[in-house]
Amino acid sequence: MSQAGQHRQSILSAVRTALGARLGDPARDAAVTERLRGHPRGTVPARAHQDEPALLDLFQSMLESQGTEVTRATTPEEAVQAIAADLRLHHLPLALRLGEDEVLRTLPWGATPGIKLCFGAADGDDRAGLSRAVAAAAETGTLVLVSGPDNPTTLAFLPESHKVLIHRVDIVPCYEDVFDRLRAIYGEGGLPRTVNLISGPSRTADIEQTIVRGAHGPKRLHVVILG
Amino acid sequence: MADAAKAAPTHSFSEAAAQALADQDLQRALLNVKRGFIAKRAKARDKLPEFARLRDEAKAIKDHTLSYLDLYLEAYERKVIESGGEVHFAPTAKDARDIVLRLCRDAGARLVTKGKSMVSEEIGLDDHLEAAGIEVAETDLGEHILQIRGDTPSHIIAPVIHLNKETIAADFIRDHDGLPPGRSLDTVPDLVAEARAVLREKFLGADVGITGANLLIAETGSSVIVTNEGNGDLTETLPATHIVLASIEKLVPTLEDAATVLRLLARSATGQEITTYTTFATGPARADDPDGPRAYHVVLLDNGRSGMLGNEFHDMLRCIRCGACLNHCPVYGAIGGHAYGSVYPGPMGAVLTPALYGIDQARDLPNASSFCGRCEEVCPMAIPLPALMRKWRERDFDRGNPPFRQRLALKSWAFLAKRPRLYHALSGFVMPVLARLAGADGRFRHFPLAEAWTGTRDLPAPEGETFQARYRKSRVKP
Amino acid sequence: MTEKRAGTPASPHVALFVTCLVDLIRPSVGFAALKLLQDAGARVEVPAEQTCCGQPAYNSGNRADAIAIARQVVETFERFDYVVAPSGSCAGMIKRHYPELLADDPAYASRARALAAKTYELTSSLVEVLGVTAVEAQFPATVTYHDSCSSLRELNISDAPRRLLAGVDGLTLKEMDEREVCCGFGGAFAVKYPEISMTMAEAKIRNIAASGATCVLAADLGCLLHLAGRLSRDGSPITCRHVAEVLAGMNETPAIGQPQTPE
Repeated sequence: MSQAGQHRQSILSAVRTALGARLGDPARDAAVTERLRGHPRGTVPARAHQDEPALLDLFQSMLESQGTEVTRATTPEEAVQAIAADLRLHHLPLALRLGEDEVLRTLPWGATPGIKLCFGAADGDDRAGLSRAVAAAAETGTLVLVSGPDNPTTLAFLPESHKVLIHRVDIVPCYEDVFDRLRAIYGEGGLPRTVNLISGPSRTADIEQTIVRGAHGPKRLHVVILG
Repeated sequence: MADAAKAAPTHSFSEAAAQALADQDLQRALLNVKRGFIAKRAKARDKLPEFARLRDEAKAIKDHTLSYLDLYLEAYERKVIESGGEVHFAPTAKDARDIVLRLCRDAGARLVTKGKSMVSEEIGLDDHLEAAGIEVAETDLGEHILQIRGDTPSHIIAPVIHLNKETIAADFIRDHDGLPPGRSLDTVPDLVAEARAVLREKFLGADVGITGANLLIAETGSSVIVTNEGNGDLTETLPATHIVLASIEKLVPTLEDAATVLRLLARSATGQEITTYTTFATGPARADDPDGPRAYHVVLLDNGRSGMLGNEFHDMLRCIRCGACLNHCPVYGAIGGHAYGSVYPGPMGAVLTPALYGIDQARDLPNASSFCGRCEEVCPMAIPLPALMRKWRERDFDRGNPPFRQRLALKSWAFLAKRPRLYHALSGFVMPVLARLAGADGRFRHFPLAEAWTGTRDLPAPEGETFQARYRKSRVKP
Repeated sequence: MTEKRAGTPASPHVALFVTCLVDLIRPSVGFAALKLLQDAGARVEVPAEQTCCGQPAYNSGNRADAIAIARQVVETFERFDYVVAPSGSCAGMIKRHYPELLADDPAYASRARALAAKTYELTSSLVEVLGVTAVEAQFPATVTYHDSCSSLRELNISDAPRRLLAGVDGLTLKEMDEREVCCGFGGAFAVKYPEISMTMAEAKIRNIAASGATCVLAADLGCLLHLAGRLSRDGSPITCRHVAEVLAGMNETPAIGQPQTPE
């Protein structure tokens, strides 16, 4: 047996010995298989059991409490204008890095002429990145972004300003609902390389317990809720 | 039993504690940090009515996982491999160090970035990599500051509370090369901005990124990290190779189980509802991903965990490293993290450190507790910390470790306590003598054999006749 | 006259677990406890075969002696209806730890559980078992009440002493900040790690002083000896008494560690 195999054997048999378990015990195997297959939910906080308008308010207020700017847009034009307005407000160039996300690409960018769009992963020089969240959990104001060509992960971390578009219908009550959505996309037991749960801009309190934004990730997070 | 890596307690606890107690700046900093975290946790708990129920569920999840740990490890391993990653089992700290070094060499690494990982400190990884000529850049702001100072953390969540901004500015001037010496580093935002710029270069230039894992999920083969800075994410996304270092008890079965634990973790640690970034990593970048690591490795460390399974220290394996016990411990709050001389300080460290390094080397940790019980009260995983510390004291006692005077005093006390008549005869004689010795003063400023008390406190004198003596007399009155 | 609520047991047979600290250092507390229990209608006995609850042995890892002492306590006290101790720490030892200590001893396991079920800290026994609603006593002073860790966290006692103190004439109770924080006694901890113990005492004393109280009351003599010792070393005018003394109206004894005659 290779050393790696020996190491593996060593740990697994130490664990089995400590537990007084033997290999190939059908009852144990079944218990584990069942739990993994059934993935039962635990207690979901009551605050997630509200109707949609209240949930949306909860989502927004939780995001804002962490220093995120939130804009509601009823039309795609409004969304584009909000994005541009935010760039101007913070004296950033009218430029965005985004991925291949169909929804983002097909926004009516003509509504803000002169805006420069670059596509692909962030390279460290972009001032602002735009992603679309595939879902969000209202319970703690948490956005859910997934890796891939549509919304490269680096967009959420390298640019100093991160903008996230989310469709109102993609805001679900709780984390468990988020996971069910991911299962619908990636299959049971499947996930993409990275799932980011993002609840605010980057921050640190390491020095003298003073909170400062933009420790390593974005200094600012701007969320546009469309719908 | 774990390797005696450099993380084992090496110095005199009492000396270190005395130093910490005498350090007024540290005392002020500890007081603020402690009160802050205690208040925030209480607020977060009050805002979540389901907190107690979630705690019960989280305990049940961990207990279930531990009783099937071998099977969950195998299931987890299958999913990691299925998603394109590799799993490496490391029975000891040395094994883990060797595996990580080999992976770094295979990746041709010259620069490695690191997210905060207690396991990496436990195994002494940084020194090992640096000795092999690999540059290691800690990226968590507090850890970066400690690294450039050659210092150790004074608090698990706020590692540099013992430093003020002036000290840190001096460290930056000394260590951050190539920047104008006259630049302004007067404010905290100035310091953070400089650290951001300096570490940005490391993030972008790293060949390998190493993170810990707050959780491992068997259902999907995922590792989960929680941060506020985003440094963990830059560490695990930018380099070509991502290595996860995690101990085997970090496993939970499903995504739903992770949700339950996550609802307790940040609230217990800092009082936040959730950390800014909670990230699930599963395998390497997929074929059409424009970013992300091309290789994903998980190093699973035992280093003494299996030695705690199924025995009297089993409950300690439920620990999720939230730090609530430290925040609420009056002893930790008085002496800070340095004094413990261990990677794992405070109440959880008092139980875990002897388990990893043996009670002989770590005996002060479970002994330096008043058993006030606050830790157990706030632990989100319902770990009976004082009872576990007491079990260590039993092992300590059985090995004859306590100082002779202590053992003699306790044995003498027990001898008398088991013999009521002798006890009452002796005490009936001695107490009035002591009362007379103290006289009208009612107390002793000094008392031979009791300097440990009278060094810092007066010793109230006995009233005179013992209760039993007076009571028996009053009973035989005609 | 001690007021009681209706329907409480008539004349239960109660054993007083004196505790070693009360027996040796401050017997007044024992007599105060005796008086309180008798006024509440209990028939009180003080078994002579008692010495210590065994906690010093237990907490220092000396399990064998702790078990031996526990067996002795079970044998001595199991024949009574109730066992009452003027100490949250000792009551907690019997109630919370004896069952575990003797769990593996078939001759004592169920007896330990039975004893645990009928053992109470003093104020808790008065309010919950004997149905006392008010005592007749005077103590014109502003006091603060220190909840020992065992009372608070092992026995969940917080209400009972305060309810009884509310009926004491002239007494004003001011709560201190950070009530739930340990005073630093912790038994042998106080002498094994004296500097840490003292730092914790000083933090507790700052909160006591800030409350405006001139006297500290508690149900545990260990905490009181520790705090009184530090207060007196500091030259503080703040005094310490056991809550039993105040409730029983026995205020002539000097406060803990104070001179015999006022200076």
